[in-house]
Amino acid sequence: MTITEKILAAHCEKEEVKAGEFVECNVDVALGNDITAPIAIKQFRDSGVKEVFDKKRVVLVPDHFTPNKDIKSAEQVKILRDFAKEQKIENFFKIGEMGVEHALLPEKGIAVPGNLIIGADSHTCTYGALGAFASGVGSTDLAYAMATGKVWLKVPESIKFVLEGSMQEWVSGKDIILYIIGKIGVSGALYKAMEFTGPAVSSLSMDSRLSIANMAIEAGGKNGIFTPDEITEDYVKDRARFEYKNYKSDNDAEYCEDIKIDISGIAPQVSFPHLPENAKDVKDASSIVVDQVVIGSCTNGRIEDLEVAARILKGKKVNPNLRTIIIPATQAIYKEAMKRGYLEIFVDAGAAVSTPTCGPCLGGHMGILAKGEKAIATTNRNFVGRMGHPESEVYLSGPAVAAATAITGNISHPDEVMK
Amino acid sequence: MKINGKAWKFSDNINTDEIIPARYLNTSDPAELAKHCMEDADPDFMNKYQKGDIIVGGVNFGCGSSREHAPISIKEAGISVVIASSFARIFFRNCINIGLPIVEADEISKVTQSGDEIEIDLANGIVENKTRSVKQEFPEFPAFMQKIINAGGLMNFMKIS
Repeated sequence: MTITEKILAAHCEKEEVKAGEFVECNVDVALGNDITAPIAIKQFRDSGVKEVFDKKRVVLVPDHFTPNKDIKSAEQVKILRDFAKEQKIENFFKIGEMGVEHALLPEKGIAVPGNLIIGADSHTCTYGALGAFASGVGSTDLAYAMATGKVWLKVPESIKFVLEGSMQEWVSGKDIILYIIGKIGVSGALYKAMEFTGPAVSSLSMDSRLSIANMAIEAGGKNGIFTPDEITEDYVKDRARFEYKNYKSDNDAEYCEDIKIDISGIAPQVSFPHLPENAKDVKDASSIVVDQVVIGSCTNGRIEDLEVAARILKGKKVNPNLRTIIIPATQAIYKEAMKRGYLEIFVDAGAAVSTPTCGPCLGGHMGILAKGEKAIATTNRNFVGRMGHPESEVYLSGPAVAAATAITGNISHPDEVMK
Repeated sequence: MKINGKAWKFSDNINTDEIIPARYLNTSDPAELAKHCMEDADPDFMNKYQKGDIIVGGVNFGCGSSREHAPISIKEAGISVVIASSFARIFFRNCINIGLPIVEADEISKVTQSGDEIEIDLANGIVENKTRSVKQEFPEFPAFMQKIINAGGLMNFMKIS
């Protein structure tokens, strides 16, 4: 069996599962946010079930439209807060404690290897970086999981990505996944598990792995997953809240496809509007002049991303014709960035620095685009209207290209500003 | 049971941000969401469609965000069924879970244009574009999915079980 099949089998108490089979699995963690949990909570209340299946294992993170963006959003967050209080849910993270959910859960040790994590948010697949089975589901699935502790799933086929070679300077996990989605398309992994293997994996930091797994959904994947190794152990050992288990694929596990990726050949990538699959070499984007730069999100709001941005922006000013918004993804990341002097670099450069929020990534708040405006963002989607007006455009990239672009005003390779 | 309706054809990769843009996600009231169905895919859709009409998409319909607000909006607007060449997986499971009928029918999707008359026989698994005289069979849902659908959604299924 593959690692994905093993985790699913373990969670439905079967010796073996096969791709295509429908199973009902026990859930280790069930997650919701301020957009998706209100629907789930209403359905839970209407169901007549009195208590959630495990008050330690339901996680509520108001991150999308927070700090409360308007009255309606405040009311949605209140629904979560009231429910958390009534159910004595330990893992409700209010403003001042919270972070963007898919940066917060690994940091807090809530996402751990071998666990089965479902979340009413499509980027729940992020936690596969830690060797968990993690998949995005809907609000009704969340309601059902809160009531029963279970989720229905179809066992996916797995695609094996074999990563070889080593990253060029300024290239990180985000560039690798944009490149992969560019190759296979936004439905290239539809319903499938994306298993990331190969000799290059050991050179990928946990932050890079989290970025890669985060965007499995952008290829249509059910989950993205890495096999736990020393880097994983190092990351989880002092923070794990739950018991964890390391699984790995058998040598004779079956895959529907094997795809070799030589990461040495990957230059910094930019995905053009309006699909993440429109990935090109950054040099092909040099004519694009932008109005806004966003560095943050569950894809790239972590300390390594801010480190790269700070290295590039240090001692420089952002272009006067654009706005730069930098959003550390959790309070701990914000504080660490402060300690290291990054926030001062960003403010001195003329960037706006925000408390953690999903904000502009989904066109919520904290940096919306007007008609005709263009943004480059370290986020994960560039659909029509994603960051604001339906006639605005979003280009996706890693933090290095975003920071370089903030200085020049047109989409740039970091070499252009780091002489 | 047969469903008849007029088709509205959309392109490939219609995503949930287009079906229900984020600016409307500060509510979960189905009636509110229904007012903005498909708005960023076709800003005029709300003015053109009628209850009982059918949405026909291409490949990967409903891709992107997990927002259940997308199928809720479609269902509450009165769309009777969604047909597509293929569905994105979270959108697909959300439709099953809330009892919005969906049909995967590639050939029908390819020939259909907006305005065509469609007939679906859900029990026997046949969908027909009557305007263009094209018929396609579609497979049954797996047994347990049928139970969820017959119960009218996942939470009803839970109450019954």
